[in-house]
Amino acid sequence: MYGIDFKGAFDTRRLVLHETYPAGCYPLEKSFTNAPVATRKAVPPTEEYPFRTISGDGVYQIPVGPVHAGIIEPGHFRFTANGETVVRLEERLGYVHKGIESLMAGAPIERAARLAGHVSGDSTVAYALAVARAVEAALGIEAPPRAVWLRALMAELERLANHFGDIGAICNDASFTLIHAHCGILRERVLRTADTCWGHRLMMNVVVPGGLAADVGAGGPAAVGGLVGEIRRSFPKLIELYDNTASLQDRTVGTGILNPALARRFGCGGYVGRAAGRAFDARRAPGYPPYASLRFEVPVLDAGDVDARVWVRIREVEQSLALIEQIMAQLPNGPVGVPIDGAQGGETREGLALAEGFRGDILAWVRIAGDGTVARCHLRDPSWFQWPLLEAVIEGNIVADFPLCNKSFNCSYSGHDL
Amino acid sequence: MRKLLFQSLIRAPLTEPAPAAEDAALAELAQQVERAARRRLGRSLSIREVDAGSCNGCELEIHALNNSFYDVERFGIRFVASPRHADVLLVTGPVTKNMREALERTYDATPAPKWVVAVGDCAADGGLFAGSYACVGAVSAVVPVDLHIRGCPPRPTDLLKGLLALLEDAAAGAAR
Repeated sequence: MYGIDFKGAFDTRRLVLHETYPAGCYPLEKSFTNAPVATRKAVPPTEEYPFRTISGDGVYQIPVGPVHAGIIEPGHFRFTANGETVVRLEERLGYVHKGIESLMAGAPIERAARLAGHVSGDSTVAYALAVARAVEAALGIEAPPRAVWLRALMAELERLANHFGDIGAICNDASFTLIHAHCGILRERVLRTADTCWGHRLMMNVVVPGGLAADVGAGGPAAVGGLVGEIRRSFPKLIELYDNTASLQDRTVGTGILNPALARRFGCGGYVGRAAGRAFDARRAPGYPPYASLRFEVPVLDAGDVDARVWVRIREVEQSLALIEQIMAQLPNGPVGVPIDGAQGGETREGLALAEGFRGDILAWVRIAGDGTVARCHLRDPSWFQWPLLEAVIEGNIVADFPLCNKSFNCSYSGHDL
Repeated sequence: MRKLLFQSLIRAPLTEPAPAAEDAALAELAQQVERAARRRLGRSLSIREVDAGSCNGCELEIHALNNSFYDVERFGIRFVASPRHADVLLVTGPVTKNMREALERTYDATPAPKWVVAVGDCAADGGLFAGSYACVGAVSAVVPVDLHIRGCPPRPTDLLKGLLALLEDAAAGAAR
């Protein structure tokens, strides 16, 4: 991307600019202007991406993707299997590379923040929060207290919606559709509550540098109260069902075990890290407001299997509910935004922030130029440290358990590919 | 589990009444869909979803179509695993350069008669990502599009309205 050539690198295959891109295309070089690049329609077989080959008796390959069977993002999985057992998985990503970092370079702060909210649609609040906090750090401003607390409310609603989606989808991949259907109802209820609060089901474009684009709508607080009550009534029955269904446990317990040492080595966050003993949560450390004023636990398990990743999510749902109740009880009054002026007397400023999305910690770094535009912005998705581990956990498992492993990781393609 | 299943029997369903098909969508379709193709379709649609570079927002809302509130299967609409089983391709995203070939190949693998529905603002014109070196832009620049459903992302009700328009238009074609 920068035109830097690493001498002695062990893997020089292309990552996000696939083989159809012309040689010498370096979108992150300063001299690069964002204009259409002529890509080749097809590449000769000799220039195709070389997957690692493993040979041996009865060893065969299964190519999957980029267009998958489900309604999910595109990526290519190359399985090498022996009978039912996966010998090795190789992931090829980059299919949804949209050039977001180049689009941000030179953009006004508002547009860059909007782009950040569309890096990964499921984490739009967390991304917008990370970028907003990075910009605020760079400019030395603070969002008003009400905005800070409402941002936390939105982040916890987003966490709830995604965890319900994931828990249901993992059970669905073990053909247990009852939990999937009920989790789907809970997810929909969260999205409808978000819609009542901010007029958008995924809460896109609400968190902005300086605060929020809008205060919570009139019916919002009552809807949030009703939602928490409904989840508290119906979710425990689903947990009990998950815990007491032997056929389901048979698929999740002991499947796709992540070695805790590997989780530490990769600095892997989110439920993937926390289900394998790594107790990192950006809300706790380094921490950001208002979480220091709130009581919550960071659930950590050691088993590292699909089941542990389900249980971390279940516990996090409970924590998010408690957080939402505390936020609603202490919600300060006042304005929800302060005006921002990026042009700080012609000075270049930089800011860095971490935000805990449902998937893990999102890092945002921004450099604001003297004229108040975004000179550069880099966003690091938690999936960067989770995708490589998915390759590790599937080894020795059967091919049929890959959907469970994959869903329990639920890595972002778009967040990775940028 | 028995208790949960029993409750589902005695409780009123959550499923929402069907929205009316959107006029604008019907108008767009009327110009594009051939009558002979409509007749063969009847009142069922098999859909293959293709993410051609979306942020995953559209996928989340397309997923929601399958939940108990929207329940698209009641209309004969179902999502299938292969383009070879599909009547409709539901395409999202600003078509990244890296997905262009996959989209073309998926289109070619779908048997005629077929329809392409471009979902979301990105699929309509590249949306927020228009002008990027890494994106082609509109889906219609790569494969012929029969219907656009706008939104960022479109709400499930908007998706449903568009798909019902496709079905209604197909039924009208059969009667003609």
